[in-house]
Amino acid sequence: MAKSSDTLNDLTSGDYKYGFVSDIAADQLPRGLNEDIVRLISKKKNEPAFMLDWRLKAFRHWLTMKEPSWPNVHYPPINYQDIIYYSAPKPKKTLTSMDEVDPEVRKTFEKLGIPLEEQKLLAGVAVDAVLDSVSVATTFKKTLSEAGVTFCSFSEAVQEHPELIEQYLGSVVPYSDNFFATLNSAVFSDGSFAYIPKGVRCPMELSTYFRINAANTGQFERTLIVADEGAYVSYLEGCTAPMRDENQLHAAVVELVALGDAQIKYSTIQNWYPGDKDGKGGIYNFVTKRGKCKGARSKISWTQVETGSAITWKYPSCILQGDDSVGEFYSVALANHYQQADTGTKMIHIGKNTKSTIVSKGISAGHGQNTYRGQVKILKSATGARNYSQCDSLLMGDLCGAHTFPYLEVGNTTSQVEHEATTSKIGEDQLFYCRQRGLSAEDAVGLIVNGFCKDVFNELPIEFAVEAHKLLSISLEGSVG
Amino acid sequence: MALLEIKGLRANVGEKEILKGIDLSVEPGEVHAIMGPNGSGKSTLSHVLTGRDGYTVTGGSALFEGKDLLALSPEDRARAGVFLAFQYPVEILGVTNKYFLKAAYNSVRKAHGQPELSAGEFLKYVKEKAKLVEMDPALLNRAVNAGFSGGEKKRNEILQLAVLAPKLALLDETDSGLDIDALKIVAAGINALRSPERSFVLVTHYQRLLDYIVPDFVHVLSGGRIVKSGGKELALQLEKEGYAEWTGEKVAA
Repeated sequence: MAKSSDTLNDLTSGDYKYGFVSDIAADQLPRGLNEDIVRLISKKKNEPAFMLDWRLKAFRHWLTMKEPSWPNVHYPPINYQDIIYYSAPKPKKTLTSMDEVDPEVRKTFEKLGIPLEEQKLLAGVAVDAVLDSVSVATTFKKTLSEAGVTFCSFSEAVQEHPELIEQYLGSVVPYSDNFFATLNSAVFSDGSFAYIPKGVRCPMELSTYFRINAANTGQFERTLIVADEGAYVSYLEGCTAPMRDENQLHAAVVELVALGDAQIKYSTIQNWYPGDKDGKGGIYNFVTKRGKCKGARSKISWTQVETGSAITWKYPSCILQGDDSVGEFYSVALANHYQQADTGTKMIHIGKNTKSTIVSKGISAGHGQNTYRGQVKILKSATGARNYSQCDSLLMGDLCGAHTFPYLEVGNTTSQVEHEATTSKIGEDQLFYCRQRGLSAEDAVGLIVNGFCKDVFNELPIEFAVEAHKLLSISLEGSVG
Repeated sequence: MALLEIKGLRANVGEKEILKGIDLSVEPGEVHAIMGPNGSGKSTLSHVLTGRDGYTVTGGSALFEGKDLLALSPEDRARAGVFLAFQYPVEILGVTNKYFLKAAYNSVRKAHGQPELSAGEFLKYVKEKAKLVEMDPALLNRAVNAGFSGGEKKRNEILQLAVLAPKLALLDETDSGLDIDALKIVAAGINALRSPERSFVLVTHYQRLLDYIVPDFVHVLSGGRIVKSGGKELALQLEKEGYAEWTGEKVAA
């Protein structure tokens, strides 16, 4: 029997292939956080006064807040004065074409499989590439602007579309929302912005690729997507970071706004460096993602595949304000080695006949701890609201853990809430069955795990689904016996 | 050369010795039935031969086409042509039967240096095989064994046998839990797969299966040893007299 858990161990100890460091000169602010740093960041970005005011309000509020202790994750205290809050590749000048992107930066993204030259990109996907604190390139701008779609770095949006930023920034995640979101509001340095005008179906997938490179930095980016009435957009997000022994903080905020009849589909493949097999290093991924279905019949879908990070703390949520609006959350979260994931969603039903679906698949291997935490709140106003939740956990080996914390609050009698949960174990039986048919142990685990995640993968755009499939198999390499 | 040559095979589960020196020789095309009371080591023998974890081989040897079978990983034994039809087939949720079989078949082909089949080619191949073993092709689109009835699961094992086309098929209590109609269908499937290049070892508690699949040899396994071997008439004798005569125990067949 001992032998079989060895195979499981071997299968879940694969290597992280995005762990390289690029030698890119950086323009950095000194370590530490105070009002001057906040002002400096704003100044570097040449921001209008409303932005600085907003940052300062956030910073002052943050000083009164305490780091949350309720998540089911454990880590040594973070010294917020030991982090570099701004790091940008040098030389930083305004880019007028892709050719001006620093060759080292370009090489970095090429190594990650994200070429910045448009002709090399997957047709139909526009990419905004964010390295450390700033956006380094946005592709396919022209095609998009012909369709009336604005897709650019957040900094650029502040300059070019201040009225949209002022109207929507903080409208879903206010600056005072929570410890990490508030910190982000004070110091965020870049991110992506997309605006899809009335009735426009975005002609291609939009995508942001986040890369942490510099040491000792935190990454605080902010994404804002607004889909005006009847608009549609599908948005993809990918993330990687070098392998380092120290932990790095990533505290992002994503805000989505869907007006009447609009649809936003937001997909994430999060593959931040998870730390080594003994739990050393890795990214602390403390992220606030929330969407507001503001108009009637609007729809927001979150699909996430979380395989990276030492600690993941995120709850992509939907505020279902418009009548008949729909919120969806499909998630695969993997915790291998010493990774810890506390993730789930919140569905807040306000409008009439609002509907939400939650499908969460947690995979735990090695010493990984995986927690699903989800809230379904149906307000009195939400007559006829419906929710369906399904939370499945898969365990590999006997040292890992799976935990489920569903919170249901139903404020009226006309609503329907369903919750299903299962826990299963990749058994020796399944593994042996597959191997007896000629599959290697690795392939067998990949097959079983991918079968387990199928309901979620089906929600991903096709290129991403293939990627997710591979990523999951790699992340579990060496975990079965 | 025998296809399978087992000599003095001994194996433990934990500290307990289950197989106490098995000798068995199977030539290509032969059908052997191994019968015996519960706890005699029948299932252990099929698990040890296919490399399941949890058993320790403490002595003896098993050669497959002259090569040391026991030195290979379970998947390499499968790829070499050893197939086990499980007593309790396992469910795999979210993976269609078709996808599973294709992955398995292609990994076997790959091991033999043959090109993998495309989805279209495989579909054609698997449909022919499903017809051969009279299995409803609709089962191919369902998750592996998930929600299958007992009979469907056993038929699915036979379909897998047909698809993977092994040289040696070990059938572990394939008749258990089947009603007479299902048993007939399963037996017909197996008979359709008999050929001079394929050998079968049927492990069974009851003689019933042997009414439909007529073996060339019958062996009685008791207390971890083969205590009696003979032709097909031995099964009938067992049916009449029970195992007690060879086992020294009062166990009815």
